[in-house]
Amino acid sequence: MRTPNYRGPQGKAPAGMPHGRRKLSVPTLKRVLKMLFSYYPVLFPLALGCIVFAALVATAPAIFNQRIIAIIEETLEQNGTWAAASKEIIPNIIVLASLYIVSLAAVFTQTQLMAYITQGFLGKMRKTLFNGMQNLPIKYFDTNKHGDIMSHFTNDIDTLRMLVSQSIPTILQAGIVVITVFIIMLSYSIWITLVVLIGVFFLFMVTKKVGGGSAKYFMRQQQAIGKTEGFIQEMMNGQKVVKVFCHEDKTQKQFDEINDALCEDSKRAHAYANILGPINMNIGNILYVIIATVGGLLLLLNVPNIGLAGLPLSISIVIPFLNMTKQFTGNVNQLSQQINSIVMGLAGAERVFEIMDAMPEDDEGYVTLVNAKKDENGNITETDERTGLWAWKHPHEDGTLTYTELRGDVRMVGVDFGYEEGKEVLHDVSVYAEPGQKVAFVGATGAGKTTITNLINRFYDIADGKIRYDGININKIKKSDLRRSLGIVLQETNLFTGTVMENIRYGRLDATDDECIKAAKLSGADDFITRLPNGYDTELKNNGSNLSQGQRQLIAIARAAVADPPVMILDEATSSIDTRTEAIVQKGMDSLMKGRTVFVIAHRLSTVKNSDVIMVLDKGRIIERGSHEDLIKQKGQYYSLYTGAFELE
Amino acid sequence: MIKTLAKSIREYKLPSILTVIFIMGEVLIEVAIPFITANLVNSIDAGEPIINVIKTGLILVAMAFASLACGGIAAITSAKASTGFARNLRRDMFQKIQGFSFSNIDKFSATSLVTRLTTDITHVQMSYMMVIRVAIRSPMLFIFSVITAYTMGGALATSFVVVIPVLIGGLLFVAKNAMPAFRRVFKKYDKLNESIEENVRAMRVVKGFSREEYEKQKFASAADGITEDFTKAERIVALNNPIMQFCMYFNTVVILFLGSYLVISSSGKSVNVGQISAMLTYGVQILMSLMMLSMIYVMLTMSLESMKRICEVLNEESSLKNPENPLYEVKDGSIKFNNVNFKYNKDAKRNALEGINLEIKSGMTVGVIGGTGSSKSSLVQLIPRLYDVTDGEVLVGGEDVRKYDIKTLRDAVAMVLQKNQLFSGTIKENLRWGNENATDEELIEACKLAQADEFINGFTDGYDTYIEQGGTNVSGGQKQRLCIARALLKKPKILILDDSTSAVDTKTDAFIRKGFKEFIPNTTKIIIAQRVASVQDADMIIVMENGKIANVGNHNELMNTSEIYREVYNQQTNGGDSNENA
Repeated sequence: MRTPNYRGPQGKAPAGMPHGRRKLSVPTLKRVLKMLFSYYPVLFPLALGCIVFAALVATAPAIFNQRIIAIIEETLEQNGTWAAASKEIIPNIIVLASLYIVSLAAVFTQTQLMAYITQGFLGKMRKTLFNGMQNLPIKYFDTNKHGDIMSHFTNDIDTLRMLVSQSIPTILQAGIVVITVFIIMLSYSIWITLVVLIGVFFLFMVTKKVGGGSAKYFMRQQQAIGKTEGFIQEMMNGQKVVKVFCHEDKTQKQFDEINDALCEDSKRAHAYANILGPINMNIGNILYVIIATVGGLLLLLNVPNIGLAGLPLSISIVIPFLNMTKQFTGNVNQLSQQINSIVMGLAGAERVFEIMDAMPEDDEGYVTLVNAKKDENGNITETDERTGLWAWKHPHEDGTLTYTELRGDVRMVGVDFGYEEGKEVLHDVSVYAEPGQKVAFVGATGAGKTTITNLINRFYDIADGKIRYDGININKIKKSDLRRSLGIVLQETNLFTGTVMENIRYGRLDATDDECIKAAKLSGADDFITRLPNGYDTELKNNGSNLSQGQRQLIAIARAAVADPPVMILDEATSSIDTRTEAIVQKGMDSLMKGRTVFVIAHRLSTVKNSDVIMVLDKGRIIERGSHEDLIKQKGQYYSLYTGAFELE
Repeated sequence: MIKTLAKSIREYKLPSILTVIFIMGEVLIEVAIPFITANLVNSIDAGEPIINVIKTGLILVAMAFASLACGGIAAITSAKASTGFARNLRRDMFQKIQGFSFSNIDKFSATSLVTRLTTDITHVQMSYMMVIRVAIRSPMLFIFSVITAYTMGGALATSFVVVIPVLIGGLLFVAKNAMPAFRRVFKKYDKLNESIEENVRAMRVVKGFSREEYEKQKFASAADGITEDFTKAERIVALNNPIMQFCMYFNTVVILFLGSYLVISSSGKSVNVGQISAMLTYGVQILMSLMMLSMIYVMLTMSLESMKRICEVLNEESSLKNPENPLYEVKDGSIKFNNVNFKYNKDAKRNALEGINLEIKSGMTVGVIGGTGSSKSSLVQLIPRLYDVTDGEVLVGGEDVRKYDIKTLRDAVAMVLQKNQLFSGTIKENLRWGNENATDEELIEACKLAQADEFINGFTDGYDTYIEQGGTNVSGGQKQRLCIARALLKKPKILILDDSTSAVDTKTDAFIRKGFKEFIPNTTKIIIAQRVASVQDADMIIVMENGKIANVGNHNELMNTSEIYREVYNQQTNGGDSNENA
C-alpha cells in the first residue's frame, strides 16, 4: 500500500471525524509550545503577538460602526449638513483605516511568520524523529508494523502541522474575538447579550447532536473502507488466480456487496456533515432576526437599557449588535471545531514524542576496533592508516590499554534466549567457531537459526550464557565496532535507492570504485552488473525491483564483501539464486569466505555441505553437530533431510 | 477525461441535479435575507409600529427555515450523489479490471490498482461533492450578491469595483504560484517518505553496517531541503489571508465613508442606514464566495492527477477478447506449438520465446526445466491463453487457442501459478474455486491426490479451517498442495504446474506425481521444476535456455545429448540438493 500522503486540504479530516474519547492532553500541549518557544524565542512570541493584535482590531469595526451611525442619526435628527458631520465622521474613519492598516501589517507578518515557523518546526520534528528512530533497537522494528512506523512520519507529522499552523493560531484568535465581542456586547446592552447567549447555547446543542451522528457514521464508514480496501488488496494481488479460474463474475458480485455497504455508510456520514453548514448559518440568520426584533421591541417600548457603557438604547446600538452576533457565533463555532483538531493534533504529537522518548539502543561497550600494525617483535600498535590488520583496543580499569588482534574467533557458551519474557527460543546453545572456519546452521523455520546470528551482532542481548569474540565478552565491545567486524547478508535483500555502485559502497563508505568492482567480481555479481544498461551506474529503485531476487542477493553479497570483515554471516544469502547459477557463484563465494569465519544458514543442503561444522537445530536446541560426513554416518535428522524424506518449512 | 468519468454518474444524475437546484434556492434566499433585514432595520429605525417589525421578522424567520430546508435537502442529495458516483466509479473500475488480460495486469501493478480504487476515488468523490455544492453556489452567490448590491446600494456598490478585481487578481496570483510549488515539493516529499520507508525496511542492514550516523546525515540534508521548499510554498499561500483582509477592510472603510456622506447629504432619502449595514453584509458574501472559488480551483487541480489515474484504468482496453463464434468444447489434451514467437510487450527488443515448435500428445507427462529467466513460465502461459502469441500459433485439442471461448479453454487447461494465492475464507471455499458445485467427497478426493488431505485433517477445523488473507497460516508447502488440489477440482484435460511443488519435500512430491499417473492418466500434465527429480521420470523433458528450447527428450536421452541437463543433474544429485526451498 502506498503510505498516506501529506496532501494539504484533502488530507484534512472532515468535520465530526471520530476521535474516540481522547482527552486534551495538557502536558503534551505544553511540550509542543515549549519546543516552539525554544526553537523560535523571538519569532514565535512575535507571531502570537500579531495574532492577538489582529484579533483585537478585528472587533474594532463594531465600535466605529456604532460611532459613525450614531453621528449619522444625530445629524439626520438635527437636519445637520455633511460639512458639519464630516468633521466628526472623517476622524473616526481615519482612525479606523489606520487601525486596519496596522492590523493588515500584523496579519501579514503573522501569516508569513507562522508559515516559516510551522515548516521549520516540522522539519526539526522530522529530523528528531528520524534520529530517534535510528537509535532504536532492532526489537522495535521487529515488534512494530512498518506501516505504523511510517505513519509517524506522514499522518502524525501532518496532524502536528494542523496543530501548529491552524489550531493554535485559530484558538488564540477566535478566543480573543469571542471575549472582546462579548465585552463590547455587555457594555452596549446586557438584555440583548442575554438573547445572544441563549441563541448560541441552542446552536451549540444542535451542532453537538448533528455532529455526534456524523461521527458515528464516519466511524462506520471508516470500518467499511477498511473492509473494502482489504478486499481490493487481496483481489488485486490475486487477480491472475481469478483469471485462471474464470472467477471474475463471482469476485465482482462479492465486491458489489461490499461496495454498496460502503456507499450506504459514507452517504449517511457525509449527509450529516454537510447539513451542519446550513444549520449553523440559518440558526445564525434566525438569531439575527430575533436580535433585530428584540432590539426593535426594546426601542419601541423604551425599555431602560442596562449596559456597562451606560449608553441609552438606540438604533446605533442595535445595528452593530447584528454584526456582532454573527461574529460571536462564527467564532464560537470555530472554537468548538478547533477543539477536535487540537485533540487530534495532540494525539499525533504524543505518538511522535513516544518515539523520541523511547529508550535508544543502549551501548555500554568500551572496547573499540582500530587499525593496527605489528612491529618487529610481533607487538600490536595502533595506527591511523588502513593496514588491513585490525585490533581490539581494550582499556582497563587500572588505566592500561591492551590490544588484541582481530581474528574472528567466536564462541557461544550455554546461551539461552527468548524474544519475549518467559518464551525461550534458544536453550543452552554452544557454538565454537575458530578463525577461518565455516559453521552452518540447518533446521526448520523457527528452529532458531537466525536468532543465533541476531545474538552475535547484538541485535538482541542474551538472557543467559556468554558470547566471546576473540576472547572478549561482546557486551564490552562497542556495538558499532562489533558490527563493523561482522558482515551480514540476509535472506530478505534490502537495497537502497541509488546506483549499483553506491549500493555496494554501502559496505565501506571510503571504498574506491575499483575496490567495489573487485568485491563484485569476488561475489560473482560483476557479470550481470556489467550487462545492465548502465553497468555500475544503473539506478536502483524500489528496493531494486528492476532486478531479479537472485541478482539482488548477489549485490548484497558484494556489499558485504567490500566491507572485508573477518566474520561473515550469510543468512539464506543464496536462497533465490538457482542451483546452476549458485554453482557458478559458489566459486566466488568460496574465495570470499577464505580466511574468514563464516556462519551460514541455508535450506539448501548443497550450500552448507562443505562447512567445517554443521549444526542441526530443532526447537532452539542443537540436536546434531559435526561435518557432513559425520552427520550422514549418524543417520539422524540431517540424514533424513539429506535424503529428502523430510520437509523443511 | 471528464466524459469518461461522467459515464459513471448514471442513476445519480437526479440527486446531482436536485442538489444544484436546491443549492440555487438556498442561495437565492440567502441573498434576499440581508435585503429584508435592511427593511427590518429601517422599520425599527423609522419607528414604525411594532407589528410591522414583527411581520418583517416573521418573513425573515420563514426565509431562514426555507433556506435551511433547501440546504438540508441539498446536503442529503449531494451526499447521495457523490457517494453514489464514487460507488459506480469503483464498481466500473473493478469490473474493468476483472476483464483485464494478464498483460493488462502486468502493466498496472497491484499496489497502483489498489491506490486507484481507494485513495484516488475518494479524491474524486470529494471533488464531485465540492463541484455540485460549492462550485455552483459560490459563483451564484457572487453574481446575485453583486446584482442586489448594485440595485440596492447604488453608488455605495462602487467600492466593489475596486475590491473584486483586487481579490480575484490576488487569489489567482497565489493559486498560480503556490500550486506548482506545492506539486514540486510533494513529489520530493513522497520521495523522502519512500526513503524513510526504505530505511525502516532495511534497518537490519543499516544497523548491521553501523550506518546510523550516515543515514541521519543523509536524511537531515534531504529534510532541510524539503523544509525550505515547503516554507516557500506555504508562504505564498499565506498571502491569501492578508489579501482577503485588505479587501474586506477597504470595503468597510469605503462604505462607511461614502455611506455616511450619502445618507447625510440626502437626508436619509437616497441611501439609508439600513443599506449601509446590508452593503457591509454583501461585501462579506461576495468576498467569501470568491475565496471559496479559489479553494475549489486548488482542490480540483489537486485531484486532477487522481482523475487521470482512474481514467487510465477505465480507458484501458483488454488485450484479449473472446472470438466471435467461439468453440465451447476442447476435444482432448493435446498441445502443439507452431513457430511461436512471443514477447510481453510490443516494444520489447527481445522475444521472451523464440522459434518454439513442440508437440505434446494428450495424456503425456511433460517436464520443463531451465535456469531462472529461461522463459519456462512464458512457454506454459500461452497454453491457457493467458497471453497471446506474437507470431505463430498454439493449438490445444487440435484448434488454435484463440478460437475457443476463454472460459471453456481455461476450465480445460488448469494452471497452478508460480506466484499463487489462497483467499481469505475456509479451505473448502478456497477449493471450490476449482468447481463451485463440487461435493465434499470430490474435495477430499482432490486433496488426497494433492497429498493435502492428511495435513488438512490435522487441523482442528479440518476442511473448515479459515485461511487468513494471503494464506499466512499455512506453510509454503501446504499452500502449494492446496493450490494443486484446487486446480485438480476443475477436472482439466491439461494440468500445468509452474514450479508448484518447490516447497514440498521430495517424498511427498513423488507421491503427488505417482497419484497423477494412476488417477488422472488421461490428463496431459506439464510440470515446471527446478529439481531434476521432479521431472526425471516424465515422458518428455523440455530443457529451456534463453527463451529457446535447447533440448527435448526423456531423461536418458538428455543425459547424453544435453549438456545443461547433465550439469544440473550432476550438480543436484552430487550436491545433495534434495531440499529446494527457493
